[in-house]
Amino acid sequence: MENRTDKNSYTILFAVGMVLVVGALLAFAASSLKPNIDENKRLEKQQNILYAMGVNENDESSANFVSTTDAPELFNKYITKQLVIEGDNVTENDQAYLIDVKKEQANAKAGKVRKLPLFVGEKDGKTYYIAPIYGKGLWDAIWAYVALDEDMVIQGAYFDHKGETPGLGANIKQRFFMDDFIGEHLKDNGTFKGVTVAKGNADPKNTNKTDNEVDAIAGATITGDGVTAMIKSDLKLYVPYFEKLKNN
Amino acid sequence: MGLLSKKDSKLILDPLADNNPITIQVLGICSALAITAELKASIVMAVSVLFVLGIGNVVISLMRNIIPSKIRIIVQLVVVAALVIIVDLVLKAFAYELSKTLSVFVGLIITNCIIMGRFEAFALGNGPWRSFLDGIGNAAGYGAILIVVGFFRELLGSGTLLGFKVLGDPIEKTGLYAIGYENNGFMLLSPMALIVVGIIIWVQRSRNKALIEDH
Repeated sequence: MENRTDKNSYTILFAVGMVLVVGALLAFAASSLKPNIDENKRLEKQQNILYAMGVNENDESSANFVSTTDAPELFNKYITKQLVIEGDNVTENDQAYLIDVKKEQANAKAGKVRKLPLFVGEKDGKTYYIAPIYGKGLWDAIWAYVALDEDMVIQGAYFDHKGETPGLGANIKQRFFMDDFIGEHLKDNGTFKGVTVAKGNADPKNTNKTDNEVDAIAGATITGDGVTAMIKSDLKLYVPYFEKLKNN
Repeated sequence: MGLLSKKDSKLILDPLADNNPITIQVLGICSALAITAELKASIVMAVSVLFVLGIGNVVISLMRNIIPSKIRIIVQLVVVAALVIIVDLVLKAFAYELSKTLSVFVGLIITNCIIMGRFEAFALGNGPWRSFLDGIGNAAGYGAILIVVGFFRELLGSGTLLGFKVLGDPIEKTGLYAIGYENNGFMLLSPMALIVVGIIIWVQRSRNKALIEDH
């Protein structure tokens, strides 16, 4: 036994065989589970968008989505229009929520026109404009769905991340952080300024909604800076649309 | 004779106390440091490692006679990586919420030195049943320390446990905060994980002198 497994030929054969078996196994698992995974991701997008416009099952302190079974129905009920903004062109497309914001950012870098999805929702007689944004935190991607009104005042936000540190950066998806954004103005005297996640903010209870600042999470500086940058760069792209909306 | 023979139950109980992978063997420190700022994350990590180490030890033990010794470390890595990826895919397909909580840990599980350590030190030389017990025991010993560290770091650092505000509200100044108590933000930073682990090691060794090495 010892001798056989010590031979070079055996070692190489074993390695090749192992790679083939494990490779086949993983490929099989990935492709057979892909439809389920894609469906879960699609439902999650609907839940995120609904969450941002206030259609959720939040209790006092934790963030809860509507259930996955209700999500498609509620999505059809509340989201009245899905728009794709390409430069000056605005078209309706009921698959706009499936647009991959990360891919569009890469397209924009390659010099192509970036497709900007925008979802128009209607709840209790109020209109919400929900924009998806995408950026980077400390370890990996962070993204958000931000619901705005006509004046670009934030009405709700849902933040999420791929791999921020639990207890620190991962807290951007906690209510205490997300709720701080509600009511914040993106504009300052008519020009776009964004919302800065500020350390040493003199307003930790966040009563001043026009200071373009929310309180940062202690120990999560880089994630917070990522949120600031993502709001500044991505939401700014929607300014022309909102200006047109006002003038009409 | 109970459910397990004396030798077998020693496999499970030893790593929980006098041969603990973190406090005695000082393995798996990196993940103990990275994810224990929250109790919930500690528990999720403990359960994940329990699962991976239990199954992985059995797989390696079954293959122990055919693994070429020259590439055994690579084989071990492939087994644990494949196992973790398959579990992650299955969770993504059927328990999406859970898989999102777990996402950060997938990479950390693969690199956890306890797993490689047990494959190398135990599963390669023992039968599947004993390897399984050894895996469960070591993962439990690792998980127990993780949960203790997570408990203290979340309680003293954020004033919460599993997200519940057990000490009152720091902004509204209720509960303990009303009498001037402050959260210790330092508890949330990684050095404190090492210091807490250090305190556990100190307590454990002062209670059992046999664990103190001679120098």
